[in-house]
Amino acid sequence: MEIFVSQVLAGLGVASVLLLIALGLTFTFGQMNVINMAHGEFIMAGAYTTYVLQGLLGASLVGLSFLISLPVAFMVGGVLGLILERTLIRHLYGRPLDTLLVTWGVGLMLQQLARDVFGAANVQVKTPAWLDGGLTVAGVTMPWNRLFIILLVTAAVVAIWAFVNKLPNGRQMRAVMQNRPLASASGIATGRVDRRTFMIGSGLGGVAGVAITLLGSIGPTLGTSYIIDAFLVVVVGGLGQVRGAVLAAVALGLLNAFVEYASEASIAKALLLVAIVAFLQFRPQGLFVRRTRAVA
Amino acid sequence: MATESQAARGEGAPSTGAIARPTGDSPWAGAGWFVVAAIVLLVVAPLLLSDFRLNLMAKFLCFAILAVGIAFAWGKGGMLVLGQGIFFGLGGYCVAMFLKLEEAGPGQLPDFMVWSGVEQLPLLWRPFQHAWFALPAAVLLPMGIAALLGALVFRQRVRGAYFAILTQALAAAFVIILVGQQQLTGGTNGLTNITAMFNLDLTNAGNQRGLYVIVACVLGGAFLLVRHLSRSRYGRLLVAVRDSEDRVRFLGYNPTTIKVIAFATSAGLAGLAGAFFVPVVGIISPTMLGIVPSIEMVIWVALGGRASLVGAVIGALVVNWAKTGLSEQFPSGWLYLEGALFIAVVAFAPKGIAGLAELWRKRAGRSEGAPGALPRSPLGRLAGFARARRGGPDRLEKEPTA
Amino acid sequence: MTAISDGEAADALLQVQGLQVVFDGFRAIDGLDFSVDRGEARFLIGPNGAGKTTLVDAITGLTRPEIGSVRFGGEEVLGKREHEIVRLGIGRTFQTPSVFEELSVLNNVDLAASYRRPLRSLLRGPGKIDDRVVEVLETVGLSSVMEQAARTLSHGQKQWLEIGMVLVQEPQLLLLDEPVAGMTKEERTATGELIQRITETRTVVVIEHDMDFVRRFASRVTVMHEGSVLTEGTVAEIQDNPLVEEVYLGRPRDARGAAPAAVGQGGQ
Repeated sequence: MEIFVSQVLAGLGVASVLLLIALGLTFTFGQMNVINMAHGEFIMAGAYTTYVLQGLLGASLVGLSFLISLPVAFMVGGVLGLILERTLIRHLYGRPLDTLLVTWGVGLMLQQLARDVFGAANVQVKTPAWLDGGLTVAGVTMPWNRLFIILLVTAAVVAIWAFVNKLPNGRQMRAVMQNRPLASASGIATGRVDRRTFMIGSGLGGVAGVAITLLGSIGPTLGTSYIIDAFLVVVVGGLGQVRGAVLAAVALGLLNAFVEYASEASIAKALLLVAIVAFLQFRPQGLFVRRTRAVA
Repeated sequence: MATESQAARGEGAPSTGAIARPTGDSPWAGAGWFVVAAIVLLVVAPLLLSDFRLNLMAKFLCFAILAVGIAFAWGKGGMLVLGQGIFFGLGGYCVAMFLKLEEAGPGQLPDFMVWSGVEQLPLLWRPFQHAWFALPAAVLLPMGIAALLGALVFRQRVRGAYFAILTQALAAAFVIILVGQQQLTGGTNGLTNITAMFNLDLTNAGNQRGLYVIVACVLGGAFLLVRHLSRSRYGRLLVAVRDSEDRVRFLGYNPTTIKVIAFATSAGLAGLAGAFFVPVVGIISPTMLGIVPSIEMVIWVALGGRASLVGAVIGALVVNWAKTGLSEQFPSGWLYLEGALFIAVVAFAPKGIAGLAELWRKRAGRSEGAPGALPRSPLGRLAGFARARRGGPDRLEKEPTA
Repeated sequence: MTAISDGEAADALLQVQGLQVVFDGFRAIDGLDFSVDRGEARFLIGPNGAGKTTLVDAITGLTRPEIGSVRFGGEEVLGKREHEIVRLGIGRTFQTPSVFEELSVLNNVDLAASYRRPLRSLLRGPGKIDDRVVEVLETVGLSSVMEQAARTLSHGQKQWLEIGMVLVQEPQLLLLDEPVAGMTKEERTATGELIQRITETRTVVVIEHDMDFVRRFASRVTVMHEGSVLTEGTVAEIQDNPLVEEVYLGRPRDARGAAPAAVGQGGQ
């Protein structure tokens, strides 16, 4: 029972981080058909933001600097995303595969930049004292840092859901996602909505980076390891769907935790992919809803 | 419309003989360039390059074989394959396992297994004692795996970015397995110190030169094979699937079959490349096969021109020579340059070097003042019978110009 | 069922029964019965959203109906994959012409014509063009542009190319989804004559909005409304039917679907 609960918790911790990353991706993917591989490096930037702020504020203010780094990392990721959108991605609309390649090139350069600035070796970010230890319920100890991540992501998901469904800005975003020409014709400045979407999505990457500092040391290639898994969440969860992403992230996180527990980590990864390919076999219409008046 | 067809008939409808073949090039188009390239690779390069450089060239030619496969799957078929490292690795490991066993001698274990205390040859390794199994497997195993995977995912219409990401995830998983199963695969180090094949010393300069010639010929063969496929009805069908998969479906073809063939071909070529890479370089390890190397393979093709087979070969050679030259001197600078170059080409010159060459040729043609004049191939010019080639708008491959 | 209709049913090439297609709870096709006899030129009309394209989609396997049956020459079609249905002998075109833009006009038709070739033959080489391909190019009036890339064609020419691609496959049944949408007056006439010529040897179902066009070229018309068949008959019978006028003009919620007579002028 103890093992079961701790595996569930570990799975949910990973799932939460994946979800946060996947939500950022699903926005830009769903709305703009942009596959942003540099998103991994925005995560990395968020993680290093925490590291830098901790260095600036000193060891005595670890807790404060951690809290400050949440909004700051959001801004760092968001601004990076905005720059990327303005300089490159807007030239690439309608060429999703090319966005994947271009943003991968950007990621490569950002990784090298991090290596030149912070060194190739991993660095450790201190966990705030109030996240040490854990909550013990009925003999099972749940580490605070995992619980915090789960809470953080839950809050983020609720905020995003509210934004998308309740606020006018969010409604514009959904309108553009569903029918870009119509939205444009209805007077929505789609370019501005795109920028906003890209910024929010990228900012979420930054926040995910902060959360990741709680799970271990960070390095320049931090993003790469998460980005693929996050994309798998998007693939399984469906495009631009918050609900789908949540379900897929939790399912993949838990599956990963248990398979890893039952076998070796290296086999777990392969089995996970087999599971995903198998899952795709059961989606009757495949991944795409097709238009019927014309074919692609 | 009736009037139009009457007009066409009035002008004298073209006899069926004149149009009895599909629009496009004559089968010999570019033959001159092919001969020139063969002379450069087989005669000039061995004369000019040092043993060390020629061995490097052999390695890059292996990469070029792989690049031809990517150009086929991605450029013609629209399948962005981000996991070619898997197939390259499978080919490489198949041959490396055979060579390690050959080196150890009958009944003996490869060195790394001895070091990690393995006492009996693992079941997975047993068939690789035999050349007749290991060498064909280097190509057939990648093809089989690609065909199986392709059949499963293409059938469900997983395509575009989804397919690309899936292949990338597979590359990641493949490396994790290779590293994790240390007793079987040599772990992070991979299979190293491969110095002999069929009792020939691979470190010997003469043997290396011989190997170079073989690799160059294999590249030529791979190129011709893919060129043939691209020019066949199947090749046009592949382009059709890329541009409108559903229309192909509603013409009564099963796009899954068409895509599986291209994907398996590209995987087979990657396996072939890996199979030659091992004797040329003497090592195969996970660091050469993961996500990053797999994308780098796509970079070569993107730079060369994704839809051009010649562009793919040139791209693989140029990028790798540049990498060798520059990364020695500016290790960090090279990564910035590679990233920047890649971004610039994909974003602003998606046809790559081949596209630039095409542009240049069009300009040259215009300045000659002859409307529609096409540059002649060197051989044709020499022989004086350069046939006027039909520059059909759907010519898929661009001719080499350099 | 009367004896006469039994006789008709035996002769029917295509027979759709009790078809139901649901999109997110919306019944796009609701208990539809529809049959087409061999050699007929059937026109399918109805206001926007009546389910005309959806019906064609269901027949050709693009959408999966909930219940019902679609029999073609006595064989059940539902559940088969799209390319299998084509191989049974049902060809279709799309409202927005869809051709292979990068390939030449000739190669477009050649690929369509080669669909029964074994894979080996497709792989072997560029191949020889069938005489049938040349004939069809002539029929659809594209002989003079056959060397051009399909992307250089006008909208109308693309539509003809697509019809030619389906025609060269010699299907028993052709389903044409708004073949004259977006065409000029001359192009419409030419297309109508083309369809007439096709109907001499094959069965054709045409979805069309343009009542002028329907009046000129239809033999029998089926009017669809809200996912089922409203009525069926000759052009004259349809025009005299007050029900038809009502679905086009009558109730305010259908105001979008213009009057049949008016559609002809506006076009699509």
